[in-house]
Amino acid sequence: MPKLTIDGKEIEVPGGVTVLQACELAGIEIPHFCYHERLSVAGNCRMCLVEMERAPKPIASCAMPAGEGMVIRTDTPAVKKARQGVMEFLLINHPLDCPICDQGGECDLQDQAMAYGVGHSRYEENKRAVKEKYMGPLIKTIMTRCIHCTRCVRFATEIAGVEELGLVGRGEHAEITALEKAIDSELSGNLIDVCPVGALTSKPYAFAARPWELVKTYSVDALDAVGSNIRVDTRGREVMRVLPRLHEDINEEWISDKTRYACDGLARQRLDRPYLRENGKLRPASWEEAFRAIAARLDGLDGGKIAALAGDLCDAESILALKDLMAGLGAANLDCRQDGAKLEAGARAGYLFNTTIAGIERADAVLLVGTNPRREAALVNARLRKRFLMGGFRVGLIGQPCDLSYPVDYLGAGPETLKDIAEGKGAFAEVLKGAERPMIVLGMAALARPDGAAILHLTCKLVEDFGLVSDGWNGFNVLHTAAARVAGLDLGFVPGAGGRDLAGILDGVHHGDIEVVYLLGADEIDMAGLGPNADEGAFVIYQGHHGDVGAHRADVILPGAAYTEKNGTYVNTEGRVQLGRLAAFPPGEAREDWTILRALSEVVGERLPYDNLGQLRQRLIEVNPVFAAIDQVEAAPRGGFGAFGAAGTLDPAPFAVAVENFYMTDPISRASETMAKCTEAFVLGQSGEATGTGG
Amino acid sequence: MLQDKDRVFTNLYGQDDWRLAGALRRGVWDGTKGMIELGRDEIIERIKDSELRGRGGAGFPAGLKWSFMPKESDGRPRYLIVNADESEPGSCKDREILRNDPHRLLEGCVVAGLAMGATVCYIYIRGEFYREAERVQQAIDEAHDAGLIGKNACKSGWDCDIYVHRGAGAYICGEETALLESLEGKKGQPRLKPPFPAAVGLYGCPSTVNNVETIAVAPEILRRGAAWWTGLGRPRNTGTKIFSISGHVEQPCNVEEEMGIPLKELIETHAGGVRGGWDNLLAVIPGGSSVPLLPKSICDTVLMDFDSLQAVKSGLGTAAVIVMDKSTDVVAAIANLSHFYMHESCGQCTPCREGTGWMWRVMIRMVEGRAGIDEIDTLLDVTRQVEGHTICALGDAAAWPIQGLIRHFRPELERRILEYKTSGRVAVPAAAE
Repeated sequence: MPKLTIDGKEIEVPGGVTVLQACELAGIEIPHFCYHERLSVAGNCRMCLVEMERAPKPIASCAMPAGEGMVIRTDTPAVKKARQGVMEFLLINHPLDCPICDQGGECDLQDQAMAYGVGHSRYEENKRAVKEKYMGPLIKTIMTRCIHCTRCVRFATEIAGVEELGLVGRGEHAEITALEKAIDSELSGNLIDVCPVGALTSKPYAFAARPWELVKTYSVDALDAVGSNIRVDTRGREVMRVLPRLHEDINEEWISDKTRYACDGLARQRLDRPYLRENGKLRPASWEEAFRAIAARLDGLDGGKIAALAGDLCDAESILALKDLMAGLGAANLDCRQDGAKLEAGARAGYLFNTTIAGIERADAVLLVGTNPRREAALVNARLRKRFLMGGFRVGLIGQPCDLSYPVDYLGAGPETLKDIAEGKGAFAEVLKGAERPMIVLGMAALARPDGAAILHLTCKLVEDFGLVSDGWNGFNVLHTAAARVAGLDLGFVPGAGGRDLAGILDGVHHGDIEVVYLLGADEIDMAGLGPNADEGAFVIYQGHHGDVGAHRADVILPGAAYTEKNGTYVNTEGRVQLGRLAAFPPGEAREDWTILRALSEVVGERLPYDNLGQLRQRLIEVNPVFAAIDQVEAAPRGGFGAFGAAGTLDPAPFAVAVENFYMTDPISRASETMAKCTEAFVLGQSGEATGTGG
Repeated sequence: MLQDKDRVFTNLYGQDDWRLAGALRRGVWDGTKGMIELGRDEIIERIKDSELRGRGGAGFPAGLKWSFMPKESDGRPRYLIVNADESEPGSCKDREILRNDPHRLLEGCVVAGLAMGATVCYIYIRGEFYREAERVQQAIDEAHDAGLIGKNACKSGWDCDIYVHRGAGAYICGEETALLESLEGKKGQPRLKPPFPAAVGLYGCPSTVNNVETIAVAPEILRRGAAWWTGLGRPRNTGTKIFSISGHVEQPCNVEEEMGIPLKELIETHAGGVRGGWDNLLAVIPGGSSVPLLPKSICDTVLMDFDSLQAVKSGLGTAAVIVMDKSTDVVAAIANLSHFYMHESCGQCTPCREGTGWMWRVMIRMVEGRAGIDEIDTLLDVTRQVEGHTICALGDAAAWPIQGLIRHFRPELERRILEYKTSGRVAVPAAAE
């Protein structure tokens, strides 16, 4: 704990901090550009110069470790002059195009020029212009604005793990470049956030809005199961952009490109009014017509002939409302596992990412089974990479070989390999045995297959045998891909007594045992299983927000709200309960989902007992008390960990890929133009804009 | 004047055989084993006693620098790096050592390596010194075959491997940390200090970077004793030094002389005097392009050593004396140096990247006088904003020549500006480069 004096004030700071951090602890702001607390120190912008006693020259405070007895001055004329000088140098070749710059209003350079600049320029020469660079469909470059802080280079190499950005040339000719190649990283959007100026801006958001016009709503992401904290910026009803919000235990300050850029999908393919299918064609209808059509179909129908499926983007409130409604109708055929994952709604520890995302940093070995975290949960992968960079971390992978941005020991493709390890065979078994805090991550590709239960069972045995769960450590993890999955399991949205699961429901439809299927935003199942139409298959009620496959098959469409348009509760893969907030109202006649179910319940004569969100949330807590603890993860109790799944024979077939295309996993991202461009560039490998000569 | 018996670099002009046989004849590799057996602390102590200051430009005490290497090994290897990236305009002394006396350097590597516990030594040679690198490599091979380096060097039990690495011609790679980056195969950009190379250097291991001349004179000091060395030169500025005299002199040359020799004597004795006589002298840049120039009035009396030149707000630098007679367009000469520093700035940190170009653009206008009188002060202020605010010393090196020019030749700048104004020529905006 070094003690130092900053501007005459003595302060004791934790060991290992820099002078800049010490100054911030002392409440003194130090202007800076290149310094970023999550990146390595470059010390190249020279904005953070301060005076240190006995140093002949001002020092870069971001790079100087705080030492015992240092005397730092940040308020001297020399420091002021140095800052003005650096500011002037940064501005001489920076275009004064703030009025047409997308960074305008939220630009570090602009802000610091106001605070530390001199207000006029003595530079009378011509300014430098730098050619634009192509960096793919997400990042727009105006490299003349670049101040060469190299934050982007450091982010790409360190956090994202892709060495695709660099500083080439020297002196005035130094330029940041990706060598005309799209930056192939699922975290590339964060480059825009780390860029302190308008050199890297969002391509889809270009010239769309000004920061001061936007209403900012703090919410959580629902496009994967990480539950990244986001800020949704809206203008009127339109979501203009999504930005990350700091949450140290989940996403730190990053978000994935899907989270950031899929928001243009919110404005396309929307269901903005109810529809009814008549003579094979959907026609616009009123809410009353739609409800009456459903009530007419349900009238007198035995509950055993009704089924409900909850989709991947649903909030907990609507899942519970649907479950309660189905209970009222006497239907036990419920499922929230659209991919058929063999997870049970029993003990929570059996389907959670128990180690927690932040807990990864304490682990010393991990076995990834049937998962590609880079595609399935980009921020979990970023945390794994962060852990790898800390050193002393072994990663084993069973499943499809993939580049995870850190080295892995590739062990095999299928369950046989897992079995071998469980039996202690192979070098990686030794790694797990020798590790102090080992973890295993089961992906959906391992669980969503007929022998998923057996794999889960085998994994539990491995967990016990290898001591992956001990006091204060739980190394058993399930990596979900759907934001609604854990809430669905927490609320028991699985077959009730005598009820059918997804496969059973589809089978029932086939045999005419299931007549009505209620799809709550469920778009990931094979719609062919529901039959071609209501006469030859099930009567399908689709409640959701996008005209995706579910709506195409539906006989009645009830327009719901997307995750940015409702106050909903989501539970991420760690089991962390978080609140999403309404940032914009749903379009047209669409409504928040639980209110639709509440209204429908009245029409079908099974009135749900809650009239407002407060009452519904009370009911959530009644059903499962975890919903009372917002943003908390309970450490899984040692004793509570038992066997999950069921013993069975293993199918030697290799694990499939859970997420084929990172950019298109749900109705929103499938409707997104930006995600389509990303798919084209990164998945299909067609990057047309690179040369500009492709016509 | 230095007596022949006190010369270290007895084959500076290549008149003798540069190979091992010649080197042995000149006394190189004589008693090296004994020096090694002195042991680490004793060598450092003797170098400290000799008050040897680094010959690369900054003049940091060599013994002190060597003593910064960690005493106890923590398992990491240590490296000695010889900085042979001699690129300072005007400086051409290391080149002569490399090609005419490579064994003296190699002997120094063994001794200095032992003093800092480094068993591996890299000699980073400027890319353009192609033949020099070849000779050094041949010398290494000879020394290796003769058992002077490598395992059990000089039969002393000490291991010392020496490798040659050729640079690619960037001036900035002569900065010690940029050199380390380059040696690691990266883009040559200076690193932040701290950590200093002695703690975290090449490949993250303790390293010391020394100039060729510093390393090459070390064995001779140990052979003849620190007292011999301190008997030469002046206090704190001891020993001999190779001066590279270029420019408007009758006979440009490299010459080994005593530290503290008067500049006038140096030029007149060894370089045949200033072209057209001493009174034709305009200015001298006494220590390579990066130090401020000195007008004739100072040159008349100044002594050539670190402290004397610092006292007149210049520096000894690499002791590359650039002589300019009265035919010189001194503003254009400094503008030329400004262009050099702009060209060689690595572009990493702001003041240097932006400032060097700014200074050059103003300087080329100053050559013509196409500027305002107040721009002289603006320019001076810009140099002060670059100086001391950068990661490495290139910013200082770019600023100092201009500061020297303004300090000593302000009337000349003002004259040109006024002349341009009265000439009726209209200032036209220059195209950006």
